[in-house]
Amino acid sequence: MAADLVLALLIVGLTAYAVLGGADFGAGFWDLTAGGAKGGARVRGLIKRSMSPVWEANHVWLIFVLVILWTCFPPAFAAIMDTLYVPLFIAAVGIIFRGGAFALRGEAATIGEARALGAIFATSSVLVPFCLGATVGAVASGQVPSDDALGAWTNATSLLAGAMAVVTGAFLAAVFMAGDARRAGLDDLVRAFRRRALGAAVVAGALALGGIAIVNADAPALYDGLTSGAGFACVIVSGLGGLATIGLVRAGGWSSARFTASVAVGAVLIGMAVAQRPDFLPGELTLEEAAAGDSTLVVTLISAAAGLAILLPSLALLFRLTLTGTLDQEFHPIGDEEAKR
Amino acid sequence: MVMRMDIQPYLLEARQMQALSLGVHIPLVCFGIAFPAMVLFAEGLWLRTGDPTYKALARRWSKVMMILFAVGVVTGTILSFELGLLWPRFMEEWGEVFGVAFALEGFSFFIEAIFIAIYVYGWDRLSPRAHMLSGIPIVIAGITGSAFVIGVNGWMNNPEGFDLVDGELANVRPMAALFNSNVWHELVHMYLAGFLVCGFLVAGVYAMARMGGRRDRYHRAGLIIPLAFVALAAPAQVVVGDWAARTVAENQPTKLAAFEGLEETTAGAGLTVGGIYLGGKTYGGVEIPKLLSFLAFHDPDARVEGLTAVPESDRPPVAVVRNSFQVMVGIGTFLVALAAWFLVARLRHGRLPASAWFLRAVVAAGPLAIVALIAGWITTEVGRQPWIVYGLMRTEEAVTGADGIPVGFATLIVVYLALGATVLYLLRRLARTPPEVED
Repeated sequence: MAADLVLALLIVGLTAYAVLGGADFGAGFWDLTAGGAKGGARVRGLIKRSMSPVWEANHVWLIFVLVILWTCFPPAFAAIMDTLYVPLFIAAVGIIFRGGAFALRGEAATIGEARALGAIFATSSVLVPFCLGATVGAVASGQVPSDDALGAWTNATSLLAGAMAVVTGAFLAAVFMAGDARRAGLDDLVRAFRRRALGAAVVAGALALGGIAIVNADAPALYDGLTSGAGFACVIVSGLGGLATIGLVRAGGWSSARFTASVAVGAVLIGMAVAQRPDFLPGELTLEEAAAGDSTLVVTLISAAAGLAILLPSLALLFRLTLTGTLDQEFHPIGDEEAKR
Repeated sequence: MVMRMDIQPYLLEARQMQALSLGVHIPLVCFGIAFPAMVLFAEGLWLRTGDPTYKALARRWSKVMMILFAVGVVTGTILSFELGLLWPRFMEEWGEVFGVAFALEGFSFFIEAIFIAIYVYGWDRLSPRAHMLSGIPIVIAGITGSAFVIGVNGWMNNPEGFDLVDGELANVRPMAALFNSNVWHELVHMYLAGFLVCGFLVAGVYAMARMGGRRDRYHRAGLIIPLAFVALAAPAQVVVGDWAARTVAENQPTKLAAFEGLEETTAGAGLTVGGIYLGGKTYGGVEIPKLLSFLAFHDPDARVEGLTAVPESDRPPVAVVRNSFQVMVGIGTFLVALAAWFLVARLRHGRLPASAWFLRAVVAAGPLAIVALIAGWITTEVGRQPWIVYGLMRTEEAVTGADGIPVGFATLIVVYLALGATVLYLLRRLARTPPEVED
């Protein structure tokens, strides 16, 4: 019972990170693909403006997930780290580059500096979600534990999950930023991000559909879990969430699109967790075997309840201040003539 | 469920990799602990006096605070990964005992991230009062966050809060593990160190400006505010250092013996001040009779356990520990003297010390304080060796069997050098841009 509750907490954290942190990585993807200095300046300016107040708080969800994992499921945490140290180390280094470059870009005084830092920020924004997605894919497809440091996360399902992480982040980012652009009255950017949102939705949908065949061949157990019972229900919810988002994006319902897009991404993660029940590491370790002793689980749950009681109102305040524009900075295109501070 | 039983040939590199990451992160933690209080103090002065100089200062500092927090976020994340990547057996076996501390730290970290954003981006957007209030959670979360991490470190040095039944964990009490007997002195010691490092570094920037002829109100306030914090923290650190030494004497006698390089168990043991310890001997330095016994137990004739009380395989590398300890104490003494100089001039003459040497000393004090901070952590962490969990698990039992540690280590060295160079470059340029004092 306690183990189930802690697992739920873990999935909540993972979903929050996939949606909020994922959108920040997705913003980096759009920064990377924004084009030349002149053409991409406005897109890059909006990305910086949207991300600045929230990216650090969004990043903490990753720490939250790691901490719950090692406190409440120590053998699983150790096995994941033992097996998947290559993508996890790359992700960790990428996180340094991404966060460092993003924070410092604000201080860049010349176009050259802004471009160099921007390139580091954008490239690592693609690398990190790919590696973390591949890690989740490797766990879900039963690759952990393994002695094969490379093969464990380069099977088809892991690569698919990595690609999905990048694409869904880009999708979420485009939806969120179209809304931000609307609030700021930047119509050209609303159009730019609407196009990007629809494009990413199509790619994500195609990947998901193609992924069915890949998962069926590469990870039959996961496939069975995702095509029956509660796992299947989650997949359906995710698909509906995606379709609803496309409709809302076309109609310009940005606030609702934010919500449905988040549901689409979250439902997949919940579906994967449901699909592998009662295993924590499929084929290796059940939830009960992975879980720490009850005293630790209960103290963690109490601590989390107390922590969330402070965290949720604080987060609500931050998002309210952000979404009502109170924390909005002036909009400056980046990389063009406005690269100066 | 242990799969990797490979012997790790690069244990030392793994330890150095962890030490490097901590050495990069800990100075940033000092800014997390101390800087918000200084920024709020400056803002409070603005609210009370209406003097826009203070507002400009608080605003500039909050910008630096944000940058250093961001760098701290990413360097702290590396640490979380490394716990698992480098020490999976440690996490597997003991994670459930000390992990809750990290969960609580995670929430502190959330609060810090949220309110730093509100504070920094809320200038002139929130009412002055609301803005000031939004800074208070940053100060509190800075304290609680470091407290929980130090709780884990204290636990590694003095593991409590569980029973071992036939070698298996039983009756785990996470809260007892968190509030172990080391946490309080370590916390206060680190908290004050945070103020010394942050205070002297910030003061150093303005001391340099003053030496360059910028003697206006803005730069004067930028020098005096951090020095005022430092002047409070430095004397207190002397008392806490004594408390820390006594706790180590009680809980980790071998570590204490390594502080001095004391071979044999001795009653009325002396302490050698200064000197360098090489190959089992101290060269130079002044031995003060009975001082070690007095400091460790407040009794000049107390019996102090020597290194030979435990087998050689259970002793830390004495040279590293002793020399680091001396560096910490030596620099600490210098910082206390400097703070006293400031206090005397301020209280007796109502001004800053007039000597140019004072400014030069303040400029040097910032980097020196970082050296002392790192030396202090080396003292306690290398002094804990060969144990990762004192007396229960050896570091070599905790390390990963994974390949590629030298590659990872080399990568991190390059990454940190690049990061450090970029941060310093941009902060120096920020320091050169004129202050934005409003009329």
